[in-house]
Amino acid sequence: MTDYKLDESVKYAKSHEWVRIENGVAVIGISDAAQDMLSDVVYVELPKVGATVKAGQEVAVVESVKAAEDIVSPVSGTVVEVNGALEATPEHLNEAPYEAWLFKIEPSDALNAELGSLMSPADYDKFVEESGS
Amino acid sequence: MVDFAGWELPVQYSAGPIQEHLAVRHAAGLFDIDHMGQFSLNGADAEAFLAFVQVADVAAMGVMDARYSLLTYGDGTIVDDIFLYRLPERWLIAVNAANRDKDFAWLSAHLDDFDVTLVDISDSLYMMALQGPLAESILQPLVAADLSALAARRALEAPIGDVHALIGRTGYSGEDGFELYLHADRAVETWNAVLQAGRDQGLLPCGLAARDSLRFEACMSLYGHEIDATTSPLEARLGFAIHWEHDFIGRTALLKTKLEGPARRLVGFEMLDRAVPREHYPITLDGAPIGYVTSGMKSPSLDHFLGMGYVPAALSAIGAEFDIIVREQPKRAKVVKRPFYKPRYK
Repeated sequence: MTDYKLDESVKYAKSHEWVRIENGVAVIGISDAAQDMLSDVVYVELPKVGATVKAGQEVAVVESVKAAEDIVSPVSGTVVEVNGALEATPEHLNEAPYEAWLFKIEPSDALNAELGSLMSPADYDKFVEESGS
Repeated sequence: MVDFAGWELPVQYSAGPIQEHLAVRHAAGLFDIDHMGQFSLNGADAEAFLAFVQVADVAAMGVMDARYSLLTYGDGTIVDDIFLYRLPERWLIAVNAANRDKDFAWLSAHLDDFDVTLVDISDSLYMMALQGPLAESILQPLVAADLSALAARRALEAPIGDVHALIGRTGYSGEDGFELYLHADRAVETWNAVLQAGRDQGLLPCGLAARDSLRFEACMSLYGHEIDATTSPLEARLGFAIHWEHDFIGRTALLKTKLEGPARRLVGFEMLDRAVPREHYPITLDGAPIGYVTSGMKSPSLDHFLGMGYVPAALSAIGAEFDIIVREQPKRAKVVKRPFYKPRYK
C-alpha cells in the first residue's frame, strides 16, 4: 500500500467509507486508501434523496477503470442530499477524497451506537496496514 | 501488482491508468510485456509447418515481415492469436502468456514428419513495447539504424545502445510504435535507457490497465475475453487474418461458417444510459437474453461508456439497440461502428 491520507474529522468503516458529522447530518464519502486501491474513478451511482437506509446497506456504487465497488452507508437514516456533481466529475473522488462526499444522511436515534462501532483514524490506519491491501 | 498467468505485473504505475492511456495517445508509453511467450522455429520445413498450423499467408511474407495470425483447432475455434516474424533462417512466434504452454503443446503435437525445430525461448528473451506518436523520436537516438525507414509490420535487428535487439514496428495500442525483443539479462538497463530517453517527451511507464484500455478502444480482441477455444475467428471479426487459399487446421470448418455466415457476431456498442458495461454482463432484448459483454469501460480517449460483446448476427447491425443488464437493471445500448478509435499506424 502506498501512502494515503487520513482525516482527523471523520470516522471510518471497515468497508472504507468515512462519516463526518456536520450540523447533525452524517456526510459520507470514501477514504483516500480506498480511492487509491480503486484507481481512476469513472462512474458514480448515488442513492435517491428521501430514501431510508439502514447501516450496512449498499446504497451507492463507485466504478473505476478496475472494478465496481458497492458503497455501504455506515449509519441509518434518511438520505437528505447527494453530490450530483460527481456524476460529471467522478475523478474528484481521486483528487480530494475527503471533500468529495457522496451523500448526506439525517441520522436515526441509533447514530451514537453506530458511530461507536466505527474506527478512529488511528485504528483505521492500523486496519489498512494489517489487511495488507 | 496482480498475478497474471503466474507473472507479477503492474496494473498501473504512479500516474494512473487514464494518464498512462492518454500518454500513449498523445506522446508515448513503455510497457513491460515480458510475460508474453516466444517460440523460435527453424528447419527445412519451417514455412510448410507454419502454413499448416496457422491462418496467415506465410509464403507471402518476406524476411523481416511481421504478421498477426491465429492458431485454430480443427473445428475452427481459436487456440490463440499470435504474431509472426520471418527472420533470416528462422521464425519468431509471439504468443499470449496464459497460452504459452498450451500453444507449445499444440504445435509440438503437429510436428509429425516436418523437418523443423521448435524451441520455447520465452525465458531468455525479454519483450517490451514502446507505443505512441513520439515512439520513433524517442527510440531513434538509441539505435544506429534509420527507424523512419521501418514500415508498419516490418522489423529490423540492431543494437539499442550496445544491446542486440529485434525491433518490430508492431504493437497492441492502436498507435504507431515498436515491440522490442532482447536478451533477458539486459532487460533492466534497456528499460531504464528507453525511459530516460523519453523523459522530456512525456513518455510514461504503463501497466496492464492502460494496455487493456488502449487495445479496447482500437477494438483489438484479447484472448480469454473476445476470443477463446469456444469462439470462431469469423464471429470475432478476425476474418481479415485468414488466407483462405492454403490448407490449414480448421479451414474446412471455417469455410462452412463463412458460407453460412456466423450465427452471432462481436459488436461494439455505446451506452445510451449512463452505466459501465463490464465483462460477463448479460445482453438482453425485450427481457430475453441474447448475448454477453466481453469487455467494457469508460473510454479514456473518447469519454464515452463503450463495450464489446456477442449478439445474434441479425441484431448486430450498426444502430441496433439492446439492453445491458447492470446490477439487475437494463441499461440501453446501441451498436456503433468499430473500431471506436481508428488506429494511427505509420
